Amino acid sequence: MTEPILTVTDARKQFFGVEVLHGVSLELAPGSVHGLVGENGAGKSTLMKIIAGVHRRDGGDMRIDGELVDFGHPLEAAAAGVATVFQEFNLLPDRTVAQNVFLGREPRKRGMIDTKGMCRSTAELLEDLGIPGIPPTARAGELTVAEQQIVEIVKALSVGARVISMDEPTAALADHEVTILYRVIERLRERGVAILYVSHRLKEIFDLCDTITVLKDGSHVSTDPAADLDEAALVRRMVGRPISAFFPDPDPGTEIGAPRITIRSGGNTQLDGIDLEVRAGEVVGIAGLQGSGRTELLEAIFGAAPFTRGSLEIDGARAVIKHPRQAARRGVALVTEDRKRTGLALNQSILDNALLAIRSVFPRRTQASRAEIPGMFSSLELVSQGNKQEAQTLSGGNQQKVVLAKWLAMRPKIVLLDEPTRGIDVGAKVAVYQLIRALAKEGVAIVMVSSETPEVIGMADRILVMRDGRIVGELSSDTDEESVLAVATGAAEEVQQ
Amino acid sequence: MKALIAKLQRLDTTVIVLIALVLVLALSAILVSTVGRNLLSPGNIRDILTGMSVLGFVAIGQTLVILGGSLDLSVPYVVSLTSLIAAETMNGRTGMIVPGVLLALGVASLIGLANGAVVTFLRVHGFIATLGVGLILKGYLDTTYKGTAGQVPWEFQLFGATGIGPVPISTIVMLACAGFVGFLLARSKFGHHLFAVGGNAEVARLSGVRTRRPLIWAHVAGSFFAGIAGLLLASRLGVGSPTVGVQGSYDLLSIAAVVLGGTLLAGGRGSIWGTIGGVAIFAVLDNLMSVMQVNPFFKDMVRGAVIILAVAVYSNRRIVARRERFTSSGREVPQLTEEGAR
Repeated sequence: MTEPILTVTDARKQFFGVEVLHGVSLELAPGSVHGLVGENGAGKSTLMKIIAGVHRRDGGDMRIDGELVDFGHPLEAAAAGVATVFQEFNLLPDRTVAQNVFLGREPRKRGMIDTKGMCRSTAELLEDLGIPGIPPTARAGELTVAEQQIVEIVKALSVGARVISMDEPTAALADHEVTILYRVIERLRERGVAILYVSHRLKEIFDLCDTITVLKDGSHVSTDPAADLDEAALVRRMVGRPISAFFPDPDPGTEIGAPRITIRSGGNTQLDGIDLEVRAGEVVGIAGLQGSGRTELLEAIFGAAPFTRGSLEIDGARAVIKHPRQAARRGVALVTEDRKRTGLALNQSILDNALLAIRSVFPRRTQASRAEIPGMFSSLELVSQGNKQEAQTLSGGNQQKVVLAKWLAMRPKIVLLDEPTRGIDVGAKVAVYQLIRALAKEGVAIVMVSSETPEVIGMADRILVMRDGRIVGELSSDTDEESVLAVATGAAEEVQQ
Repeated sequence: MKALIAKLQRLDTTVIVLIALVLVLALSAILVSTVGRNLLSPGNIRDILTGMSVLGFVAIGQTLVILGGSLDLSVPYVVSLTSLIAAETMNGRTGMIVPGVLLALGVASLIGLANGAVVTFLRVHGFIATLGVGLILKGYLDTTYKGTAGQVPWEFQLFGATGIGPVPISTIVMLACAGFVGFLLARSKFGHHLFAVGGNAEVARLSGVRTRRPLIWAHVAGSFFAGIAGLLLASRLGVGSPTVGVQGSYDLLSIAAVVLGGTLLAGGRGSIWGTIGGVAIFAVLDNLMSVMQVNPFFKDMVRGAVIILAVAVYSNRRIVARRERFTSSGREVPQLTEEGAR
């Protein structure tokens, strides 16, 4: 075994007097991928931020090549060869790829910035990673999510990073984009970079990692070679719960009833020929690649980007939905994929957030709802310091529960879920799954979009696959991931490798 | 028509501003010719360019401040104060021109430094910070001066009065400043970092940018250019005036010109040439309305309508970021770039 580049020993961190990291140790070896897993709140992000120089550790030590280091600023970490690709994108959408890559370290020629050299170096770095297609002069905001991520990795490499940590790098990627990232990580490994890989997706952890460290509640649980573990064992260590609890079976009392919503030949500038019927008690999964029109379909039903063609019926009666308000009044709810931007008023209390929809759509029912919300929070197992806590101070999973409570207060008949478990921990995921089952039992019609194919297969009664703005296939719930992917990419095409 | 709109949506905002300027010029030329006059006569061109230079200087500085995500509301008081400092220091003596200019610009820069320090170190938003600094200056001006003061020598008046052909020297200096600032934005560390700080200060910080510096420098530059505008006004008036800045409402007009020029009010995106285009549009409209002898109230109404219209156009451009896949009748729109082909 080669000498590790970076070692963390007994790292501790406290915030406002509360210790959140209780002595965690980690070693990153060159040319290896080290997986870091744990539920939200386990301390993964805190540990990453200590390594990145965003936070200063309060105890323990950190060494690079055996030398003690103490980063007070991300810049110091970068200078020592440690780079981090954070979960939130750290690119400036209005600046070019090259400008983003070299931000803070612009190459200069005779005192002025060497624009051409900057573009050339960026192109070279991209080519080294086997991704020559991204133009260095394109604005970062015009790129796809996957391309933006690669630009962030290039940015890290351009600093001469020997250690790259990645926080949930695939959270926003579709399956075929994940394979591109895999390839990039393989290149990095060949170059002898040490990679710290944080993800909630266990399949990726096993695909990529040589070693896996589990954290729980701020403590170190275990570090083992990936070959010695399997998914079930890993989940047990993370949550102390067996994997069978992952996708709960439908409640035997659930009955598929009359159609709740029927769309015929729906279309707008993003969608065409949408025929969709969802019945009471049914869970319909929507699969497809990123950009296939999944989110646009939910937005069209909800009136956020309404259908301009076709017809819509709710409970057998013709309905016109041109605005989310009309949708909400008819009992349609949409849980959006980006809860921070479109799901929550981050600086308001969780109670106000939960009342947001009902207050504006059915103001007369506000008082009644106000009394119900605390009960709803506790049945969702929301962990908070009280109803007045600001939404932004909650973990991702708890934030999602607040968003769900907001719509449950409306007693919806049709619930549209867009990536309902993105970026939340296993425990919160299971809570969302159970809620879906409970709603179905009550006769709610559910449409769920997810990039995690196993989730769609595990939860849906039937699966619709989208491609290029159209529904191109329907699969039953006993299908497998390969079949879904084959339809999503177009049966004729080879799966991109 | 649709294709034209689609093309417009892909154009750079600066180009749109310049196209708008040409359209405004053409329209004005036609309107002016209906009353039997020539918009593009040398005398009238001089009037338009003269009208551009003062606001131009202020707007160049304001562009930098806004790009960095801040605002400068103290400019009218800086304009007045520098006109007074220059006129009083010179007091009619030719030999005192250089000290007067240096002192006026030095004081202006210090005010900018104060603005920048309040914004970056005390973390007060630029709107409030510069409002406060502006009020302090207003208090000083109101209590110290009851009217115009000082006098600039004849040689200094040439700065505001002479020109090469129909082009005033002050406009040439203003455009040269714009060119220099444009170069700094494109090619200097200051420029790149200013865009980054205005776009997302946290991203800039995590990339190793010292986020305070560009913003402080932007504020210094903002006041410095307001100071040049003050000098130009002193040169034109022959005296210093405590109210000249407020009368010109350079604070709001400069912000309007910057935004009209396509710079995002929130910072991080924009260009200096867009701003100059915005200033020119205002100057042409002003000139048009003077020549047509429209009522002053109507003048402000037109300015107001133009700025609202411009921002409405820009924000609509932002929304239509998603490529259309189907037409309204359901036909497929040919896709320019396939994901894999890039």
